[in-house]
Amino acid sequence: MFSSGAASISPSSAGRVSGPSPATDTARAAHRRKLGLRTVALVYLGLLLLAPVAMIFYRTFEHGLEPVWNSITAPNAEHAFWLSIEIVAIAVPLNTIFGIGIALLLERGRFWGKAVLGLIIDLPFAISPVVVGLSLILVYGKTGWFGDWLSEQGFQVIFSIPGMVIATAIVSLPFVARETVPVLRELGTDAEQAAETLGAGPWQTFWRVTLPGIRWGVVYGVVLTTARALGEFGAVSIVSGRIEGQTQTLPLYVQDRFENFDSTGAYTAAVVLALLALGTLLAMNLLTRRTRRKAEG
Amino acid sequence: MAIEVRNVGKRFGDFVALEDVSLTVGDGALTALLGPSGSGKSTLLRIIAGLETPDSGEVVIGGEDVTQAPARTRGVGFVFQHYAPFKHMTVHDNVAFGLSVRKRPKDEIRGRVEELLGLVRLEGLAGRYPSQLSGGQLQRMALARALAVQPQVLLLDEPFGALDAQVRAELREWLRRLHEEIHVTTIFVTHDQEEAMEVAEQIVVMNHGRIEQAGAPRELYESPANEFVMSFVGPVNRLGDSFVRPHDIQILPAADATGTEALVKRVVHLGFEVRVELKLQDGSDLWAQVTREQAEQLELSEGQILAVRLPAPRVFAT
Repeated sequence: MFSSGAASISPSSAGRVSGPSPATDTARAAHRRKLGLRTVALVYLGLLLLAPVAMIFYRTFEHGLEPVWNSITAPNAEHAFWLSIEIVAIAVPLNTIFGIGIALLLERGRFWGKAVLGLIIDLPFAISPVVVGLSLILVYGKTGWFGDWLSEQGFQVIFSIPGMVIATAIVSLPFVARETVPVLRELGTDAEQAAETLGAGPWQTFWRVTLPGIRWGVVYGVVLTTARALGEFGAVSIVSGRIEGQTQTLPLYVQDRFENFDSTGAYTAAVVLALLALGTLLAMNLLTRRTRRKAEG
Repeated sequence: MAIEVRNVGKRFGDFVALEDVSLTVGDGALTALLGPSGSGKSTLLRIIAGLETPDSGEVVIGGEDVTQAPARTRGVGFVFQHYAPFKHMTVHDNVAFGLSVRKRPKDEIRGRVEELLGLVRLEGLAGRYPSQLSGGQLQRMALARALAVQPQVLLLDEPFGALDAQVRAELREWLRRLHEEIHVTTIFVTHDQEEAMEVAEQIVVMNHGRIEQAGAPRELYESPANEFVMSFVGPVNRLGDSFVRPHDIQILPAADATGTEALVKRVVHLGFEVRVELKLQDGSDLWAQVTREQAEQLELSEGQILAVRLPAPRVFAT
């Protein structure tokens, strides 16, 4: 589950033993192997992840702070920023509630078609976001199933915020459920039954026993959902119509700037996006550490 | 409150957990459900608590049919085998849980929790979390939590199962005294006959989802209803179709003509008692229990030939 900071592998203590002996030789070999493995892992991560991200930061601040500030305060950039926040603020709570419910069903429920439900939950992982976007247009678009009826009610889904929220919710759907199921299994049903014998109703049991028991799984699921929702490009790109200053989220704005040869604008927006995701991770990490220390002493 | 279980049956798929089980437990009694694993004793306890619904039959607590009532309305305190602590709550909050879901005033809760922690000797640990307690302490916390809501019935599922021998013995003695103090109708599940004999006033022996016999410990030991009870309650030697208790076997000097000849295979000293493993002339094995003094008088040693006198063996109709 959520490991706050990977456990560091301590150097083998056998290296301290003086005098050569077969035992220390094998210990040294093991030590060397460990070092080698760590180097490979770090180089891989560095090339794949750290170098490109660092490069973006470098490019952004290459010409000083003023162009950065100008890019951030551009009206379209500000609009894209707040639109992204708005969509995340709706889609993430929705998926959190839904995800916990699904996890409870999958882990505690006994019903026909449970395996099918499990598969459906994973579909957004398997299907390309572009396909998700297209299928939404087929259902809610002008020529789609509900499109006519919805526009008669004066409600526009495609090329406006509702469609973007739906698209974002779909692609980030599995995280909370998938992170919560194993924690729920580990929690078991004993504590819930104990609460029941002590007179707690189903809601009291859920709020006081189940939810606190699975909170780390849920929190991690929320972090992943938020990160995914913030960065969503493909599905939202199709559903939104990419109208500047109206339906342009931060990732769409980045692409727009990039295509218009405004590299500072693109890099700045990319950095803002990265910082948002990093901030979410960090906030959750600090939060869990503090409460966990309190609970486990 | 008296508990009555009438013709209860329960299946899990193809497995028959309980078959037509009827049982009466008197008000204020301390009863043990004794049996090997898979005998249905835990299932019966969970059905009484309302954590499991029977397929057939009724459960009556204090004259009221509660078969369809949910666990939370039955006024039953349940102590789980692995204690089921609320890990994210302090000891205080664990014990207070039942009172706080009933929205009792804070002062009352604090007073009651303090009183209970005193009763289970956990004073001063109110601020700890379950992860900081030992097995025995967790057990006592779970008990205090169950007692907080003043249950009419206290049910314990293998209460001492996961503890080491010394803590077990201590807690047994303590449970017995606690019961004398608060006198709540209590049923506990165990697979340990010694534990059942030591703690309970009444023992219900279960096997394969049925009740084999119910009665006082002495009654079960002295007049077991069948082979299973005889061999499950107390040590036993089997000679063909008959059964003999090891302490009923008399060991005599070899010269004694009233006995049967036997060979001493092994002598095991277990403190006060001595276990003598014997082989009879017809080739059957058995063991006898004698005191240390008797063993010294007879100068028991391996390879020795002795005479034994067997009591009238018990034979059960099959």
